[in-house]
Amino acid sequence: MARAVVTVPPKAKRGEIIEIRTLVGHPMESGFRHDNFGRPIARNIITQFVCTYNGTEIFRADLFPAISANPLLAFTTVATETGTLEFKWTGDNDFALTATAPIAVD
Amino acid sequence: MNTRREFLLATGAIALAVHCRPSEATPATMQEAIRKVVGDAEIRRGKVKLDLPPLIDNGNVIALAVSVDSPMTPAEHVKAIHVFNEKNPQPNVISATLGPRAGRAGLSTRIRLADSQTVIAIAQLSDGSFWQASQDVIVTVAACAEEIS
Amino acid sequence: MDRRQRLRADRDRPHRRRLSGSPILLLVLALLRPSGAAEIAAEERRSGYEFMSAQTRAMQDDEAANPATLWLLDGEALWTRKDGAAGVACANCHGDAATTMRGVAARYPAFDAALARPLDLEQRINVCRTGAQKAAPFDYESRELLALTAYVARQSRGTPIRIEADATLQPFLDRGRVAYERRQGQLNLSCAQCHDQNWSRTLAGNPITQAHPTGYPLYRLEWQSLGSLQRRLRNCLAGVRAETYPFGAPELVELELYLMWRARGMEVETPAVRP
Repeated sequence: MARAVVTVPPKAKRGEIIEIRTLVGHPMESGFRHDNFGRPIARNIITQFVCTYNGTEIFRADLFPAISANPLLAFTTVATETGTLEFKWTGDNDFALTATAPIAVD
Repeated sequence: MNTRREFLLATGAIALAVHCRPSEATPATMQEAIRKVVGDAEIRRGKVKLDLPPLIDNGNVIALAVSVDSPMTPAEHVKAIHVFNEKNPQPNVISATLGPRAGRAGLSTRIRLADSQTVIAIAQLSDGSFWQASQDVIVTVAACAEEIS
Repeated sequence: MDRRQRLRADRDRPHRRRLSGSPILLLVLALLRPSGAAEIAAEERRSGYEFMSAQTRAMQDDEAANPATLWLLDGEALWTRKDGAAGVACANCHGDAATTMRGVAARYPAFDAALARPLDLEQRINVCRTGAQKAAPFDYESRELLALTAYVARQSRGTPIRIEADATLQPFLDRGRVAYERRQGQLNLSCAQCHDQNWSRTLAGNPITQAHPTGYPLYRLEWQSLGSLQRRLRNCLAGVRAETYPFGAPELVELELYLMWRARGMEVETPAVRP
């Protein structure tokens, strides 16, 4: 399920606060469920999300099992310069996914 | 039409549907988790706004938004936002690191809540102070669910 | 099911049995109401969308926040992927899905002359897989089948459901209607008793909808995943403690057919979000 949807305005004015929405496909198995035989289902979650703007970190989050499957994370940043926003999700079982989005700032 | 729902709305309480098992956490576990982040500092009420919907369709996916009143300048800004819960098996929900580049202090996500409980959001400011907001939620059990198969 | 939580005030009072949502109330309700339902009048038909909270509705409306978008992207990729011994993609025969698939999901389940029975969209896709692509069929509820079905059905979003009950389809439709109106399971309830006669009442904290399958495959919050109408029907059967038919069973397809016919004229909402 290696898919992510990132929503970033393609253009912004310098200094404008823009909203970034990210959606990533992941079951976020909490580790607290059991199967029909009573055996625990192993934890499998995304543990960290980092967003960088032209290489500088602007937002980071540690995620726990209480985050729903297919995590949505929305936050804001100031549009400072034209460039690329990079999004990286990492988690259990060596999960790693990157996505990028361009932004043009005048 | 639905006086129970009107009652819940009126008292600001929240109805949730859940598909979980008995929780193993307690309010004490949550306090411990908070202390790990905050240390001995005092946590003041205010500045933080915690948004949970008035009527929850399902305890597996609950829209949560936290916003903090702050100018977000290099001199005065929110460094981190932490969210905790009382009765899930695990007390942490999310911990986010921000900074003046955020423009506005806030985040939105979707969370799971297993039981009737309190959710607490704590903001850590650049001057070292901690501020919090909390909300009580009520949980009900969903009707036509399936067994895990 | 006795881990039901009660309001705080209730918890502080001496223990008292609450009946709301319990099987006993359902049985009482069932005894008071005759089974054998009249269809919901056309002007009273409401989609499950209208019974949800504003937040869940926003989740459905906003593609950037709707988790089903992840499956749509996969479906789009599968549409152009060459597969099977024939080495063809859906696109090779069907071109641009936005044009060729528009309105298709709105008229499924549809009668298949070769098999002499109605097929739902998932089964139709598998017929293409095995027949045209010479590939193995996708498993029911597999990621690929859900993604492709969602992608195809998405092209019908906004179009009205149109099931025409001609002579060939009528016997299957009738069997679907009988199944819908028949009491079943340990709780001895029929679909009609909840969804025709008691819609908008709450059952264990959630409103009972009219059960129109306008948005399938959909993201169900309870599943935290995209799922098919058949999966939902199996949940319903489990809900009344009836034995669930296996995926692909003709009984399920007949029920799907009846439900889609019952929802005729309503707009397709795929991919929907539901509690």
